[in-house]
Amino acid sequence: MVENILEVADLSVEFETYGGTVQAVRNVSFEVEAGKTLAIVGESGCGKSVTVQSVMGIIPMPPGKITGGSAKLKGQEILGLPAAEANRYRGVEIGMIFQDPMTSLNPSMKIGHQIAETLMVHRGKSHADAMVTALQLLEKTHIPEAAKRALQYPFEFSGGMLQRAMIAQSLACNPSLLIADEPTTALDVTIQAQILELLTELQRTEGMSILLITHDLAVVARMADQVAVMYAGQIIERGSLDDIFYRSAHPYTLGLKSAMPSNSGTEEKNLQPIPGSPPDLFSPPLGCGYTARCPQAMQICGNQLPLLIQDPQDSRHLSRCWLQHPDAPNIEALYQPLKIMNATRAD
Amino acid sequence: MQPVLIRTHNLKKHFSLGKGNILHAVDGVSLEIAENEILGLVGESGSGKSTFGKALIGLHQRTSGEAYFNDTLLPERFSASDHLHYSKLMQMIFQDPYSSLNPRMTILDIIGEGLAIHGKLSKADIKEQVSYWLRRVGLHSDHMSRYPHEFSGGQRQRIGIARAMIIGPKFVVCDEPISALDVSVQAQVVNLLEELKQTLGLTLLFIAHDLSMVRYVSDRMVVMYLGTIVESGPSNEVFYQPKHPYTRLLIESNPEPDPDIERQRTHIPIQGEVTSPLNIGPGCRFADRCPQAMEECKTVTPESAQVADGHSVSCHLYPG
Repeated sequence: MVENILEVADLSVEFETYGGTVQAVRNVSFEVEAGKTLAIVGESGCGKSVTVQSVMGIIPMPPGKITGGSAKLKGQEILGLPAAEANRYRGVEIGMIFQDPMTSLNPSMKIGHQIAETLMVHRGKSHADAMVTALQLLEKTHIPEAAKRALQYPFEFSGGMLQRAMIAQSLACNPSLLIADEPTTALDVTIQAQILELLTELQRTEGMSILLITHDLAVVARMADQVAVMYAGQIIERGSLDDIFYRSAHPYTLGLKSAMPSNSGTEEKNLQPIPGSPPDLFSPPLGCGYTARCPQAMQICGNQLPLLIQDPQDSRHLSRCWLQHPDAPNIEALYQPLKIMNATRAD
Repeated sequence: MQPVLIRTHNLKKHFSLGKGNILHAVDGVSLEIAENEILGLVGESGSGKSTFGKALIGLHQRTSGEAYFNDTLLPERFSASDHLHYSKLMQMIFQDPYSSLNPRMTILDIIGEGLAIHGKLSKADIKEQVSYWLRRVGLHSDHMSRYPHEFSGGQRQRIGIARAMIIGPKFVVCDEPISALDVSVQAQVVNLLEELKQTLGLTLLFIAHDLSMVRYVSDRMVVMYLGTIVESGPSNEVFYQPKHPYTRLLIESNPEPDPDIERQRTHIPIQGEVTSPLNIGPGCRFADRCPQAMEECKTVTPESAQVADGHSVSCHLYPG
């Protein structure tokens, strides 16, 4: 039995705005296994960042409001804890790194001190002790001349070095889970490769789980063990890396793949953009949020929310699409476990 | 072979930072863009690719070197009348669809401004043209009375494209036109640019850092590093048979949306970061990060040498 570090079930988050209530996250469930990487992938506005920020307890409330669900860290409920209790896991059991290291670190504090602060607050270390550990952390993330760098300010660092420093800070209390929210989006491709390699290496040596938020399927392919695809506040498909890439069960997953240039095929395929844009989450559609853009949309899709349907051959591959229903028409491009099962039976 | 539309020779753009520090943003770039061609320009941030694009259409004053449009030497420094003349021929699409549209102007004013300045068109005619271009880029003609904040990033980028195209330019610099957009929308914008190139016979300089997208979009690809061209050639050839160690590492770092390919990779990222473009000395600029650097790389600047038809590399590993 695989141990789950984090189990999120039926999480729903709303935001009160002047324009109305935004249902940013709707009934999201996922698990992060010990020592593994779960990638949540989706476009801007799909709710992926709000999901992890709710788990972290860092969405501003109000206007934010967690309207339902649970998040269990090693079996302990962490949703809706008061700040004092939340601080026992925030930054300790769960570390977090953000997209933009330049604005996430304090510009008026030396890098070493910022890392040491984490240790002083959570571990009660003295400043001198904490600085020694901070140096080791900077070395662990391969920052050259760590002793000199620790006494510099964020503006003296490049983007890649700052991201390393932020990773060092998030590792200060040996977290069992690292949440990385678009950690390489602001970086060049060569620096991205360095940071992704560093995360892989740290996962191997520290044994932590990673919850990776990204919009880039290529980064997912590089990093993830499990993948959850989010659209319009919901997880529309989740499964293993290969399930998502090679046995896509949802037209949106397929659409995302066809919208990206691939260099692996021998033949040049044309990019297939997904027409239109995501729905307004002020009043999410009754049915599937992808209906308006889906080339395979049926009448039922707009009226009724599809259930999460299990792949009968792999109970951990789930998709929220009516096409996976036994009565649905056959769409060749999609992986359809039920159809295949029926066909074999008929033979 | 199409005739050459844009040609630069040893184009340089240096910025003086005071105290005798000179930033070599673009340091001797020579290239040609044929008519109706999409030339992809890739490089990391700080490689000078945007500066080059801006120097080409007169948004930056050149430090030295020449740039030609249709064999006419472009002025080193554009006067107001030069801008007026050349903005009919050369346009630019900017990276950030949020800051490149004036928030206090309506879409009609933003897209129609060029026509109002250049054409002797009546207001009604301008409106008709704007309406046509809004539909052409996939928006609705009702949108023209709205303001930029009412649109999403992808829609704004289309507005930027309509603004550039309405004048009927021959040459358009697209400076990272898709990097601020979501994947599904990127494909929409790229396909639109491709279609406009086909139907209007446009020539495009497509600046981007997304290697896969540049390979997909462009006919030829130019790789820049610290202000100089390290490799250029047909896109597929440069991507699949890269010669310069930098190009190879760049493509090796580019993740593929395919788990099988990613599992087979060795994942040895390139060491170090881009060095400072301040006060650059002789030698190959990539020498200090290059795994194959030799003694002469540190002292002798490599010359560009042809390795295949139309495929050139500036590296001592490939002497001419």
